[in-house]
Amino acid sequence: MTLLFVLLHLAPGDPTAAFFNPNVSPEVIEQMRRNFGLDRPLHEQYVRWLGSFLTGDFGYSFSQFRPVTAVLADALPNTLLLGGVSLALIFVLGCAVGIVQAIRQYSALDHSLTFAALFIYSMPGFWLGLMLILLVSSSVVPDGARLPISGMQSLDYDALGLGGRITDRARHLVLPTIALGIASAAAVARYMRGSMLEVIGQDYIRTARAKGLGERRVVLVHALRNALIPVVSLLGLFLPILFGGAVVIEVVFSWPGMGRLMHDAILARDYPVVLAGSFLFAALVIAGNLVADLLYAVVDPRIRYE
Amino acid sequence: MNRGGSAPDLFLPGARLAARGRVRGMLALAAWVGLLALAAIRLDRIVATLRGGAVDEWLALLTLAGGLVAAWRLGQGGDGPAGDARESQWSVAWRAFRRHRPALLGLALVALLAAMALLTPYLAPFDPAQQGTDIVATRFQGPTLTHPMGTDRFGRDVFSRVLYGGRISLLIGFLAVAIAITLGSVVGSVAGYARGWVDAASMRVVDMLLSFPRLVLLITVVALIEPSILIITIVLGLTGWMGTSRVVRGEVLSVREREYVVAARALGFGRSRILFRHIMPNVVSPIIVAATLGIGNTILAEAALSFLGLGVPPPAPSWGGMVAAGRDVMLDAWWITLFPGLAIVLTVMSFNLIGDGLRDALDPRTIVGTDS
Repeated sequence: MTLLFVLLHLAPGDPTAAFFNPNVSPEVIEQMRRNFGLDRPLHEQYVRWLGSFLTGDFGYSFSQFRPVTAVLADALPNTLLLGGVSLALIFVLGCAVGIVQAIRQYSALDHSLTFAALFIYSMPGFWLGLMLILLVSSSVVPDGARLPISGMQSLDYDALGLGGRITDRARHLVLPTIALGIASAAAVARYMRGSMLEVIGQDYIRTARAKGLGERRVVLVHALRNALIPVVSLLGLFLPILFGGAVVIEVVFSWPGMGRLMHDAILARDYPVVLAGSFLFAALVIAGNLVADLLYAVVDPRIRYE
Repeated sequence: MNRGGSAPDLFLPGARLAARGRVRGMLALAAWVGLLALAAIRLDRIVATLRGGAVDEWLALLTLAGGLVAAWRLGQGGDGPAGDARESQWSVAWRAFRRHRPALLGLALVALLAAMALLTPYLAPFDPAQQGTDIVATRFQGPTLTHPMGTDRFGRDVFSRVLYGGRISLLIGFLAVAIAITLGSVVGSVAGYARGWVDAASMRVVDMLLSFPRLVLLITVVALIEPSILIITIVLGLTGWMGTSRVVRGEVLSVREREYVVAARALGFGRSRILFRHIMPNVVSPIIVAATLGIGNTILAEAALSFLGLGVPPPAPSWGGMVAAGRDVMLDAWWITLFPGLAIVLTVMSFNLIGDGLRDALDPRTIVGTDS
């Protein structure tokens, strides 16, 4: 964080430059710099910033004329919504595909899914997003199935009832979720396939089969639980990728979340927002890792936390 | 096909092998014919190079000549020299790698991409910066024979721009990964060898850096410094080393306890000698795998940066930047967005294919039962 602070302030360009126009006199700009504390020496700015940061005061956004806390509070739920739904897609789809591949190992289906996963994994998210937009706007898709390609809600959102609002929000979520999550889902599928194959080869699975249990029950109940253990540890690994991807995807789909906020703030040299934003991203990743550790104990009873 | 004499092998190397259904012969033949055809079509440019050309044109000429020689040699003879009795670790790995079909495909694709990048001055039909003579008539043309990938909003040839952009992407990818791998190996091996507080401190730094999403870190840093190709490369290198350092540290921690290292220590060898002569050669495999997979990720990160307008600065073509430029007119001129994106996917996929193959080939645990 300190490194970021120094870098940000050493960078050329001044946030007050945005207000520069002939109608604003230099005295006003000087006044503004004083108000924001930009005229003080760097070390003093740093100490003041660190002090307020630790007490939960993230400062004032230069570009939005609002406290940073308010700016972040607006954006955070949107990113959490997009990220959460994507995370669900990543693990549900990834595990399902991985299980299917493991059951049908070396079949044509397995090979083609492996290849498809590799292809998807190599795709840049922003390009996939644009291709999805191209697809839903093309004549291939019937008019009724056209999904919204930008923003979070339709223009008539406020007039809709509760059910209508939920459907509307869900429709807006579809494309960004796919663009954000599918590459990681492909990665999960790979791990799941390997993990499942390893588990299926073990003795207790043979025992379960020998007891005469249906294949369905053996795979989905006996094998799945153990196969999930290594996959859950991926959760912590994916969070940084997910939030990094959110920056690009939110820009592509005009999703008003943290990623787009960071992007705009960087272009506007809005330091307080950039600093607090990266701090919040890091905090989210750490919180996610904690959740992953706890989940780890849930799926693997051998692990105990004192 | 004339099977008897050596004439076909002299003029069409690989033809006999290809006739017998050997992939190697087909590759050699395809490379030979392709390169000759290229030389014939671009004879004027080659002559111009010989009369005095830029560095990249000389490089292209060298590649052309080298490629022809390589194709000719590949197409000759049978199965190469009989296996050496003393098998090195590398020839064992190479045999395992050769059994890995997707990895071979990746290797062939990367070779093709590298050749295309080097040959770009001869391959590209147009100057990537050259705008159409009549901008209204030449802009936004769909794919045609003259412009296989269409033209962009300034009437520039998208195919030529994809070729030139590929050179930049590959260059950035290789150099950034070289930086990242070097840094990661140094930090990882020192931490793993020294243990104690050095290890604890450096791994905490790694944890901290890993908890920032890489792209957020990248855009923050790049937005502050005027981006140039050099800056982008360095920044990508400086943000990509953490994973490698973790892997290397883990390996070094385990290798440093092996008997031969203990023996070396007992013999009184210095620390740097033990680390570089005895330990590092045995942790090279994971480093190579990390490097191959890292190139794909780096190219993706560079593309995302350029897409956001924070990467390779505009006059130079870059795949991510081209996708961004086509975004506004995507519904009318889809080719501007589609082709650079496909180039990214193809490149990244090739490196990932090789990386997967290497991982299986270099890991002694998977050598026996090579899983496809």
